[in-house]
Amino acid sequence: MTGENVLFEIKGLKKSFGELEVIRGIDTTIRRGEVVVVIGPSGSGKSTFIRCLNLLEIPTGGSILFEGENITGKGYNIHKHREKVGMVFQQFNLFNNLTVLENITISLKKVKKIDPAAAEEKALGLLRRVGLADKAGAYPAQLSGGQKQRIAIVRAMAMEPDVMLFDEPTSALDPEMVGEVLAVIRDLAGEGVTMVVVTHEMAFAQKVGTRILFMDGGVIAEEGTPQEVFGAPQNDRTKDFLSKVIHTI
Amino acid sequence: MDIIQIFSEYYKYFLRGTEATVLVSLITVFFGTILGCLIALMRLSRFREVSGIAKVYITVIRGTPLLVQLYIVYYQLHFIPWPEGTVLGVELARVMPCVLALSMNSAAYVAEVIRSGIQAVDYGQTEAALSCGMSKTQAMRCIILPQAVKNILPALGNEFVTMIKETSIIQYLGVGDLMYNNGIVVTATYNPLPCYYISGIIYLALNIVLGKGLDIFERRMKRSDR
Repeated sequence: MTGENVLFEIKGLKKSFGELEVIRGIDTTIRRGEVVVVIGPSGSGKSTFIRCLNLLEIPTGGSILFEGENITGKGYNIHKHREKVGMVFQQFNLFNNLTVLENITISLKKVKKIDPAAAEEKALGLLRRVGLADKAGAYPAQLSGGQKQRIAIVRAMAMEPDVMLFDEPTSALDPEMVGEVLAVIRDLAGEGVTMVVVTHEMAFAQKVGTRILFMDGGVIAEEGTPQEVFGAPQNDRTKDFLSKVIHTI
Repeated sequence: MDIIQIFSEYYKYFLRGTEATVLVSLITVFFGTILGCLIALMRLSRFREVSGIAKVYITVIRGTPLLVQLYIVYYQLHFIPWPEGTVLGVELARVMPCVLALSMNSAAYVAEVIRSGIQAVDYGQTEAALSCGMSKTQAMRCIILPQAVKNILPALGNEFVTMIKETSIIQYLGVGDLMYNNGIVVTATYNPLPCYYISGIIYLALNIVLGKGLDIFERRMKRSDR
């Protein structure tokens, strides 16, 4: 593999909460331009895995190299790392005390130290792209779930990260809003944005994913292209899981 | 009738007392809130020693009467050369220990109110702030505290109202607050009941004004709600 294109190199990753071992050894590599979709039953460690990637969870074993640097090593700048790794949450987590525009500009101003006028211009441009420029002055409480999540995506994209992490971005949405959010993510993938997506949307995983990781019991039980994993799953647990989530009536 | 008569005759005493009460209350609320913020942050610190100190402080202050605290501060800090001079006719050497004791007392209660407010803010807000690259301090200042303050405003208002009433305790150190002057008028007239009515009405008026102010502030903070 060429070092240039490798974003994350994960070796023997482990994470325990007290006695409970949630991640039991993950080895994988995430390259630039990939759309890695993580699927698997609840409690399989999917969320914990991607939360380790931006150090919202500190791994208890193994190593994660990001652009060649060990992110769990002493002296590694966590804040700088998080600037390069955008995160979108299941519960949106827009800042409730700030307007939509401020939600996007605050980290540009406070973290990237971009001049306020330039930050606002940038934010408005991004809002226009997701069709929400008219909501710039609104507060999160005035928005629908779908609108909140699209803004959360814009907020993360505004930082121009090297990779975007999506932690079940549509799981908290009403069914009719899932489409608008997935469309935004699909468009980003189309532009070549590297992403890791934890999701239960299997159709989305098949269509947009370039690689599928099936997690079960804290390990990657199977991985491959969407055609491989969905078309001809090798692992029994994968087969079992897919038969339960892909409903054919 | 006695009330009107006594007030028109002795209003200067009540007025002077009210001035002192308002002044001491304002200073106490100001320092009490700042100190309270500090103790709340200490209480939430991940360093066990730091949060332990805050915990002990809160336990001690909440577990002892304000009057005892007032006397202890006054006598314990007797060696401090308080600045000379007077405020509203009272020596600073008496006012300052009072303000200090009241602020220290208020801070313990304010700290617990603030702590509950901070903990009530969804942890997802902190995670979102951190994942945007903000430091913990930035997340606290820009995202968490503004939301916490909005949530605790009613409880904080309660504490301020309590503080205005509790300042009446400083009369015991001879500080000329409303209750101290009330005492002078009682002695002069031998007619206590109307005096207490007058003082009661003044305290009530002060707290109604404070309540209105807090209402306005609360409504302004509510802008980010639906």
